[in-house]
Amino acid sequence: PRRSHRISFGDYVVLKRGDVFKSVQVENKKKVIFEKQWFFLDNAVGQLFGTRFEIEAGGSLKLKAAKHSGDSLDSKEAGQDNRHILDDGKSQKLTRDDIETLKEQGLKGQEIVQQLIDNSTTFKDKTEFAQEKYIKKKKKKYESDITILKPSTRLLAMMYHGREPGKICHLRYDTLAQILTLGNIHAGSKILVFETCAGLVLGSVMERMGGFGSVIQMYPGGGPTRAGMESFGFPSHFHETLHEFPLCKVNALLAGTLDLSEKDADGNRRSESSQETSGVSEERSSEPQSMEVSVDPQEEMRRVERERLREQKVRFLPLLLCAYIESWLGAQEKKVKMEEKRKKLASAAALLEGRNADGLVIASRFHPCPVLMGLLKFIAPSRPFVVYCQYREPLIECYTKLREQGGAISLRLTDSWLRHYQVLPNRTHPVLLMSGGGGYLLSGTTVAADAAKTRNQHKSEEPVAKRLKLDEISSA
Amino acid sequence: MSFVEYSEIIQEGDVVIIFQGHESMMPIKVQSGAQTQTRYGAIRHSSDLIGQRFGSKVTCSKGGWVYVLHPTPELWTVNLPHRTQILYTTDIANITLMLELKPGSVVCESGTGSGSLSHSILRTIAPTGHLHTVEFHAQRAEKAMQEFKEHKVSHLVTVRNQDVCKDGFGITGIADAVFLDIPSPWEAITHAKSAIKRKGGRVCSFSPCIEQVQRTCEALLDHGFEEICTLEVLLRVHDVRTVTLPLPDFGPEEDSTDIPNTGNTSVICRTATPPREMAGHTGYLTFATKPRD
Repeated sequence: PRRSHRISFGDYVVLKRGDVFKSVQVENKKKVIFEKQWFFLDNAVGQLFGTRFEIEAGGSLKLKAAKHSGDSLDSKEAGQDNRHILDDGKSQKLTRDDIETLKEQGLKGQEIVQQLIDNSTTFKDKTEFAQEKYIKKKKKKYESDITILKPSTRLLAMMYHGREPGKICHLRYDTLAQILTLGNIHAGSKILVFETCAGLVLGSVMERMGGFGSVIQMYPGGGPTRAGMESFGFPSHFHETLHEFPLCKVNALLAGTLDLSEKDADGNRRSESSQETSGVSEERSSEPQSMEVSVDPQEEMRRVERERLREQKVRFLPLLLCAYIESWLGAQEKKVKMEEKRKKLASAAALLEGRNADGLVIASRFHPCPVLMGLLKFIAPSRPFVVYCQYREPLIECYTKLREQGGAISLRLTDSWLRHYQVLPNRTHPVLLMSGGGGYLLSGTTVAADAAKTRNQHKSEEPVAKRLKLDEISSA
Repeated sequence: MSFVEYSEIIQEGDVVIIFQGHESMMPIKVQSGAQTQTRYGAIRHSSDLIGQRFGSKVTCSKGGWVYVLHPTPELWTVNLPHRTQILYTTDIANITLMLELKPGSVVCESGTGSGSLSHSILRTIAPTGHLHTVEFHAQRAEKAMQEFKEHKVSHLVTVRNQDVCKDGFGITGIADAVFLDIPSPWEAITHAKSAIKRKGGRVCSFSPCIEQVQRTCEALLDHGFEEICTLEVLLRVHDVRTVTLPLPDFGPEEDSTDIPNTGNTSVICRTATPPREMAGHTGYLTFATKPRD
């Protein structure tokens, strides 16, 4: 497979500016808005991933010249402390308009920052640390460089958590890290995923599978959500390992009554009207039927003539012919699509039927208890499962239910505490703001289900663990 | 069985995990004719293990039973014989995510230590990646090699007995990620940089002390690394339990037809509480990106 180090049209990339990320697809002459700037990605095509760009007036990207090592911004003078510095808002002599003028004159970010320093009456009195902090702050505001990166779970998970946490049930990236490791997600296994995290969890599972093995996405309602997964930009062969199966057919599959015959492949037979391809055909709904019967061109012309006379509008003729052809094509397409769908359902069912999946990952806004109890049936014994929930109580219910039912050991309800640090000489401390919470996880390992016979025989001989407070060995 | 691939049936030579109860597990090597003592009696490998399905219940000679589990790096981490202080799953999970490890990744690690992280890396990078791990202690390096062989992962790993600060990882320009868990990581940054591919890669250093972190961040900056970031993660466990809370007796209410509480009622709550003590610190994780050359 061709290794792509260079950005191409159609690629999914991640834009980065400081700590802010955005996932976009590289499209010809398409305007991208990121961090209050708009630009086109066209000039990035052909460049290597990881390249830094400047945004020029007009929105085109320009390769950033080689890095300056450190700041070329001089700090000749500095004060010892801030006892004499008055914060009256008047120390900066440049006005907002002045800065706009500088920008219009085409001054680069670094030059603007230098101007701000030169026009600040208090800069020379600040301590060295305060000067560094000031420069860093101004750079962040006025330097508009962006870096274009190849997508990864790390970048996308941080992006979603920073920009749209609601879309991913507030799953923080360190919690996602636990899910992937506790779930023993690796190449060659067969993993069941049920998520409503925009496809982020699905994508991260697929990344860890590397295109080997299979992933079956269980989905509620109409169809699986995969936007977040597409952002990973996986090579096409990865998609062949991905299957989907609707929750509403799980019971039928478990009971052995799932109908996979060619006739009614789609149990939810919604009446998709044949006007999908052409708006004109709505008024001419009788046409497709008569069209299928008569293939004789002469008969066709006569019918068209009749129509013409009826409508008395000559200009509809080409539209009518198009409508006929399009609705016929539409019907054929629909047939092919339905057969494809049936085949996909059958292949997913075949993977599930053996009830020998290697792992289960649940991360959704649905109550986890019924989802977990329903899907565990498909998992082989001695395999891990991990359930994420934004809230704790539903997982307590899952824990209790599993204890009652048996079939799972090493149950653990956990959450992850995360803290970032600022590390600078004489200024090292935890960062001031931290995440309040990243969601909760229930993890465990499946074991062979208790046969009733075995349970009765060994009832009196079941071992009693010394410490009963956590996992009591389940008794019948 | 292998640590990088699941199998269904236990075979001779497999390493399996015997589960006797929560926080009571042990690894054993399955050998025809052998026996293992558990708190519930003896397990006879030939009859009780070989040919059985992973995850089944095994009855021991005294009548009690245990479960036999397929090994995973996570189970190995909590059951392996310690030769050094090890990394636990919480840190390992974050290292894996932040280093962007996946099948095919080429990773450099030092020190190998007891192999806790090594096993996890091998699982993640299999079947197409490779781990170059460096351990300066001769016996530990030897023990690690033995274990990798027993766990059927030696084709994915190269162990080198040398000092990473002096001699590097033994390879250059081929790694996607480098991991350091050594006393003086700042001394290995040059080697870390040269081990990483030209197109760039990720580096991580794990240090218990903040002074080590400071020196490492300085070295990373001096060598041109970007996105330098230091964090720590801790796992909090919630013990699920049922608690019974008695209700107070305020005496009979005026004008009330309710039967007064005689003081014998209580409410049952299903809740979770934190343990008395928890791990408060393991180490600081510092990550950085080596940009394209």
